[in-house]
Amino acid sequence: MHQTDFKYQRKDLPAGFSKFGFAFLLIGLILAVAAFFVDQSRAAFNYLVIYMMIVSIALGSLFLIALEYVAGADWSTPFRRIPEFFAGLIPVLFVLVIPLLLLNHDLFHWAHEEAVKQDKILEGKAPYLNLSFFVIRTLVFIAIWVLFYFLLTRNSRKQDTTKDQTLTSKNIRFSAAFIPLFAITITFTAVDWLMSLEPHWFSTIFGVYYFSGTVIAALAAVTLVVVVLKEKGYFNPWITDDHLYSFGALLFAFVNFWAYIAFSQFMLIWYADLPEETFWYLTRWEGSWVIFSLLLIVIHFVVPYAMLLSQPAKMNPKRLKFISIWLLFAHLFDLFWLIMPNMQPLKKGYVFSWIDLVFPILGIGIVLTIFNFIAKKENLIPVGDPKLKRGINFHL
Amino acid sequence: MNKRLFGIAALFKTPDEIIRAAKKTVEAGYQKYDVHSPYPVHGIDRAMKLKPSKLGFITLVFGLTGSALALLLMYWTMSVDYPMIIGGKPFFALPAFIPVTFEVTVLLATLATVIGMITFFFRFPENDHPLHDTEYMKKVSRDHFGVVIEASDKHFDESKVREFLSSLHPISLEEIYYSEKETYPVLEPKFVTFLVVVALVTSGVTYFSLNKLLYMQPFTWMMEQPKLNPQQPSTLFADGFGMRTPVQGTVARGFIPYPYMGQNNPTEVLQNPFLPTKENLKLGEAKYLTFCSPCHGNFGDGDSRLRGQFPNPPSLHSSRAREFSDGMIYHIITNGQNIMPSYASQITREERWAIVNYIRVLQRAKNAKSSDLQVVNKETGNNASN
Repeated sequence: MHQTDFKYQRKDLPAGFSKFGFAFLLIGLILAVAAFFVDQSRAAFNYLVIYMMIVSIALGSLFLIALEYVAGADWSTPFRRIPEFFAGLIPVLFVLVIPLLLLNHDLFHWAHEEAVKQDKILEGKAPYLNLSFFVIRTLVFIAIWVLFYFLLTRNSRKQDTTKDQTLTSKNIRFSAAFIPLFAITITFTAVDWLMSLEPHWFSTIFGVYYFSGTVIAALAAVTLVVVVLKEKGYFNPWITDDHLYSFGALLFAFVNFWAYIAFSQFMLIWYADLPEETFWYLTRWEGSWVIFSLLLIVIHFVVPYAMLLSQPAKMNPKRLKFISIWLLFAHLFDLFWLIMPNMQPLKKGYVFSWIDLVFPILGIGIVLTIFNFIAKKENLIPVGDPKLKRGINFHL
Repeated sequence: MNKRLFGIAALFKTPDEIIRAAKKTVEAGYQKYDVHSPYPVHGIDRAMKLKPSKLGFITLVFGLTGSALALLLMYWTMSVDYPMIIGGKPFFALPAFIPVTFEVTVLLATLATVIGMITFFFRFPENDHPLHDTEYMKKVSRDHFGVVIEASDKHFDESKVREFLSSLHPISLEEIYYSEKETYPVLEPKFVTFLVVVALVTSGVTYFSLNKLLYMQPFTWMMEQPKLNPQQPSTLFADGFGMRTPVQGTVARGFIPYPYMGQNNPTEVLQNPFLPTKENLKLGEAKYLTFCSPCHGNFGDGDSRLRGQFPNPPSLHSSRAREFSDGMIYHIITNGQNIMPSYASQITREERWAIVNYIRVLQRAKNAKSSDLQVVNKETGNNASN
């Protein structure tokens, strides 16, 4: 049963990755710039949606890498490079965040000094919600993520040639340090970039809510790439049904986790029925937003739950490919639902605009291009990792 | 000895060998066979080409039944049979029902899974297996791995099976026979008696501890308290009464003493503190009809319904009665007048003032001015010229 004959030959990624990536990036960029000239405010909010989506995929991937090291998991070692490539988006966040910081006036009500002066509550929150502290926080958090991205991936890549086992134990220590920092930074990121769009509203579970979506997005992205590459023969015969089943099971677990957290947040606010908390949900019940709110339950929970419930479904590559694309869309939809109703002209209900369709194109372009740029230079499999053999021989 | 053969077992030393043996057995076409190991061997189910267990369907069906039952129960009790408003939520408050639905779903699904496993897959009430208490089972539950090919397999042929198993190079082969009689028959009187005794003792102990033990001393649950109930004698006070009269000048909560009590022709009366609002007049009407109308009549004409059993009172529409101040009417209701008794104990203060306001309405209706008619026409939209 044991496959001891392991010979890895480097192969370039399918040409589609770079072609599609570049095309999407180019078209997306042109349309996005046009969108900024047409409706700056709407473009800013839409850009925030895809920025948070990229943060989800990049940071979630880094979390998956750290989780593998800390938990001593070996099933995920053969394809650990895929989250490493996705985490390569983290340094790019420094560039991607600049437009958002410049557009703070369009996005954040608390960034308007004259509005804060007339508002007792915002005045009270000003020591935290002020522009300079906000910018510092954001940049420091990205710097922390970049630091751990370089620490973890540098060791992992060095291992390909040196085969040095101590690098794994170093990475375990880095990962153990990263995970608590990850918990803190992702919570504050969720509060800063999503919750503070409605500065009067508060929910203590909100950081966990964003985290649950983050892991779904990163896992779905990794699953999608692994299944696609496996179908094209890149991972054969190293990725078996057992690996796929683990992907399916983890996705299923996090779909449930998201639903649990989302429902906990909703039920507590609904039950307590305090006006300072309920208005956030009532905005999302206003006009056509009610359709979005109800669809979110179906898209983010009911459909993936039903599709991943049975055991064969969790290891069926076609089903996994479909459901990972579905879940990526679900997380994007979730972010859209979190962010867009905060836009002043959309408070009374959703009104369609072509701008909403432009930015996902740009997002796919950015992710594919960066992924391809990093993947081109690296081995697809961490050939020097001491856990690799066990990972390839993984059986449930 | 007329033993019935259950199957032939082969023992191996390593997990790799058992995986190979399982594969070979499948390839040889045997279907009724089983593999035993002291711990779960990764990949054995694939080597044996096992199909996914059907148990999941039982879990699914009963899980869904649980959800439906829980929702139905809450819908029926909370929204149909005994609707109650709790926390200002609607009768069918779905978000509040979801945790309960979830719990019942999980409960029913797990119970059904365990019971289904025992009845369908372990073939209850069969509670013995030929492999029980064999040397083979002792070994495979310690440090060996074994495969058994059962005699009930349609390709079973003793010599061929022996030959086949030997070709796998086991450390030993063993024949396993059915035991001559069932070792633990479920319906044996001793066993049934044992079950009955266990059931009786368990329920007895439960009943005793929940209904008796918990109420023995020192568990009084505050039923015995060093206090006196109404009408009980006291040893503390000299007069022996447990109930005490309040201190002089004590006023009950919500009660304001009436200062002109007992005066037949008071020189001073109270001011009416209530405006004749719609609600106030409605209250006054209700109380008037209850307490006043039996003698004074529904409209204050003094047409008693008591058919002479009690003297008829004068009309409330007399000029004397109309010239009474509000406070005077209030005084009469509170204090009584002539043979009319005091109503202070039956009608509350607010209700008495409401009655006063209502009597004023009756009086005005009997002696309306033409200007009143204009107001009424305007309000009712009646434009009939008159």
